Amino acid sequence: MLVETLLLVTLLGAGIVMLAPDRMAGKLAAGISAVPVALTTYMYYVFLTDFDGAGNALLSPGEVAFGTRIPWLDLGGYTVQYYVGLDGVSMPLLALTTILTTLAIVSAWTPIDERQSQFYGLMLLMEVSLIGVFTALDFFLWFVFWEGVLIPMYFLIGVWGGPRRKYAAIKFFVYTNVASLVMFAGLFAMVFGTDVTTLSLPAMATAFRTATDLPVIAGYSLATISFVLMFIGFAVKVPVFPLHTWLPDAHVEAPTPVSVMLAGVLLKMGTYALLRFNFTMLEATARQLAVPLAIVGVVSVIYGAMLALAQRDLKRIVAYSSISSMGYVILGLVAFTPLGMGGATFQMVAHGLISGLLFMTVGVIYNTTHTRMVGDMSGLADRMPWTVGIFVAAAFGYMGLPLMAGFAAEFFIFQGAFNAATLGASAPVLTSLAMFGIVIVAGYLLWAMQRTLFGGFGLETDYEVGRAAFHDVAPLAVLLLLVIVLGVAPDLSLDMIQHAVGPLTGGGA
Amino acid sequence: MVDPTWLATAPALAFGAAALVLLLADSVDPDTTNATVLGGIAVAGSLVSLAAAVYLLYGGVGIPTGQGGTGPAVILGGQLVVDQMALFFMTITASVTALVTLASVDYVREHAYQAEFYSLVLLSATGMSLLSAANSLATAFVAFELVSLPSYALVAFLKKNRGSVEAGLKYFLVGAVSSAVFAYGISLVYAATGVLRFDAVAMAIESGTVRTVVDGSVQAQASGASVPMSILGMGIIMIIGGLAFKMAAVPFQFWAPEAYEGAPAPISAFLSSASKAAGFVLAFRAFAVAFPIDALAGSGAVDWFVVFQVLAIATMFIGNFAAATQETVKRMLAYSSIGHAGYVLIGLAALSATGDGMAFSMSAGMAHLMVYGFMNTGAFLFIALAEYWGVGRRFEDYNGLGKQAPVACAAMTVFLFSLAGLPIGGGFFSKFYLFQATLNVSAWSLAAALVINSALSLFYYSRVVKAMWIEEPTGERTIESYPTGLYTAIVAAAVITVLLIPGFGYITDVAFRAVELL
Repeated sequence: MLVETLLLVTLLGAGIVMLAPDRMAGKLAAGISAVPVALTTYMYYVFLTDFDGAGNALLSPGEVAFGTRIPWLDLGGYTVQYYVGLDGVSMPLLALTTILTTLAIVSAWTPIDERQSQFYGLMLLMEVSLIGVFTALDFFLWFVFWEGVLIPMYFLIGVWGGPRRKYAAIKFFVYTNVASLVMFAGLFAMVFGTDVTTLSLPAMATAFRTATDLPVIAGYSLATISFVLMFIGFAVKVPVFPLHTWLPDAHVEAPTPVSVMLAGVLLKMGTYALLRFNFTMLEATARQLAVPLAIVGVVSVIYGAMLALAQRDLKRIVAYSSISSMGYVILGLVAFTPLGMGGATFQMVAHGLISGLLFMTVGVIYNTTHTRMVGDMSGLADRMPWTVGIFVAAAFGYMGLPLMAGFAAEFFIFQGAFNAATLGASAPVLTSLAMFGIVIVAGYLLWAMQRTLFGGFGLETDYEVGRAAFHDVAPLAVLLLLVIVLGVAPDLSLDMIQHAVGPLTGGGA
Repeated sequence: MVDPTWLATAPALAFGAAALVLLLADSVDPDTTNATVLGGIAVAGSLVSLAAAVYLLYGGVGIPTGQGGTGPAVILGGQLVVDQMALFFMTITASVTALVTLASVDYVREHAYQAEFYSLVLLSATGMSLLSAANSLATAFVAFELVSLPSYALVAFLKKNRGSVEAGLKYFLVGAVSSAVFAYGISLVYAATGVLRFDAVAMAIESGTVRTVVDGSVQAQASGASVPMSILGMGIIMIIGGLAFKMAAVPFQFWAPEAYEGAPAPISAFLSSASKAAGFVLAFRAFAVAFPIDALAGSGAVDWFVVFQVLAIATMFIGNFAAATQETVKRMLAYSSIGHAGYVLIGLAALSATGDGMAFSMSAGMAHLMVYGFMNTGAFLFIALAEYWGVGRRFEDYNGLGKQAPVACAAMTVFLFSLAGLPIGGGFFSKFYLFQATLNVSAWSLAAALVINSALSLFYYSRVVKAMWIEEPTGERTIESYPTGLYTAIVAAAVITVLLIPGFGYITDVAFRAVELL
């Protein structure tokens, strides 16, 4: 019943906040969102201590934690159920969602100064859908939540965003919705090609994995066609080059707390879905297509980093670097090794924390300086030592400083991909190329830091540039702490992740 | 069995009785403009009709006695049959009429001829309820005209508004032509088969020889003449034409944007939801019962599902692409309503050449009409609210409305996103169900058309959402009052639209069984 409680509390909270007066909405929303954090922390604790599940929710559904399964409706011969549950992959992502939502809400106290109750209500509404995406084990339920994320996001960008917010919001909305339809078509091609009668993800996984004699269309097996369509659909969300063009617009125009959610959690929906659908249900096809997929991932790594190198806007730098980081996830997933897939999932969590942290830091700087352009400011370290200190730490975390989560994630991925059997002879080459991406990351982050943070203070303003408020810096500190904790003790997450991806990588954990 | 049998038409009788009460009240006090009393009678009549329809629907009327039901109520020698299909559509009609009459209380409060307004709405609804149960081409035509004639007057109800009068005239002219086409089609079918009752027509087609009805039972005619298939085919095509008018589908769709835009907005809601559903119920029943697809296959008459496939695709594309280019909200909704007719036509188009998959596709169409009855009615009632406030017609005129009327605008957002097929309302499920129906018979072109048009529709629906919530208000606009009736109707429609997500299973169960029992 914990997952239902989580969903209901958040949904009710969203309603309450929407009706609350503007001046208290922010504090109220933060308070309400602390409940899901507490609940997921408890669930995480259960996972670490009591839960002995050594399985993937899709492949051994009997071992799902906190599962509930109730028949819902019958749709033309297909049973739709309310079916939720958690495994080692979804648990860390669920925890990431609730924690990041609360912190993003706190970080919104300063920048959001109009229609607050609607803003915070929508943030909680988005959290409901995100919780649903990571817990649903029935395709239909999952799709409801998956699409449900779009609606609050559309408003959050469109109403509270920057000057080109209308364009960015509609682009995000239409782009990702069309992607959903492509994915939908791909998945249902496969559903109709096999004999599933329920749309639960485990049943679909079993049917897809054991399907034989699939029809061949234009020389390609149905599984291949379905895989490619689904990959395209999810790749937009991730995003993977060349389907990334909505991302910089959405990020730059979105208010910072929304960027935090976008980079921290929404992108992970794409990689999570890739793992669940493409790499679990159509594992054989994924293994066949490993090399081209890895190339797509590596191109994303390098191309995203190059694009970041060319930006002057701090927010754009972080936005493009997300494309690069998500490329690593693809590389790790196609490796099909315990460290590769485990590292890829770990990277989802790590990148969620670090990119969230970087966006928040940029937001705090922007709140104070009212600019995000690298060339406009210098020597901020003098004026806002705490914020700058955290920024530097976060940037090093992004570059892969040991004992931070980013290092652990990328290290696992490289190690897992270097000898990956699926990639064959090209594994070392592709992995080395991807490693080169880190050099570029270091290049642009160091350059940006050096120009903005250090040297003599310089910013032409007619207003005071001083320290940020405590409630602005506190979320940063919390995130940094989490990044370091996961960097020092990656097993806190990696263990359960490897339990869940183990069945895919051909061995136990 | 309902006893006496005629009581099974209670949903239609309730409408008729309420209409007569209104006319009586008007003749007792011709100058009365007591909106609350007159509107109250109309709303009460609709609610009684709704209660009766739901009661009979769940009471098992139309379900064979062997399966726990009470069997269909056969009335007037088989001219009318009240079964699950009929009651399903009577429920849609009654729900829409209740919402529309409730919203009209505020909308027509200042107008003369209120009693006439309500009684015309109720008479038209009576026709729709009867059309749901019509089991013969003759009763179908009579009920069809009973739906149409009051609605011509209703479209032109705003006598001093040139747009309204023009719309009424156009609607009437197109309606007259399509009625003629419909009647001609009926006469051709009668000429070819010798009978009008749906089941009798089917027997004639299956046996290949003309029939006659003697004392209620269908018999072969003495002449033993065979059914001329080419004449029958002409007749079927012309009947499709007549039905396309009611559904607002290609090729008789062009009246719809004019009529919906010119008519008072509650009437637009009524026509685009209930009247469309009435067209579809007749089509579903006629083509499922009277023109069996397997008997017609290769007979030289017409493979009607192919005609519907062409019409469905054309209607979807014309409706949605035209909607995307509109500058006024009401006209956009009018075109979107055409697009939705295209979606529902999938119910008659996603069939195999032997008629397999009919229960699936038709129940999908029925479920979509049920959801549509709430979300589309709600959207047009929001337009009624905007007209009541004097908000302009263009998208820009809605700018910033969300700040002044958050509740109504939130409801409108639910309607629009549900119409677009996002999972905020039942529209998501019904579109998905239709999509599955197309894939079930591998009708790829229909599936592709549905997906392309759904994606496109999100673009133009979200323009309204964007205007309401994201844009800043352009001009001065003061909202002086928040009319209770309109608000109640809009909020009720929104709540039901959302509740149809968890409740969708009930709708499809009833619809699926209704088609199977035909």
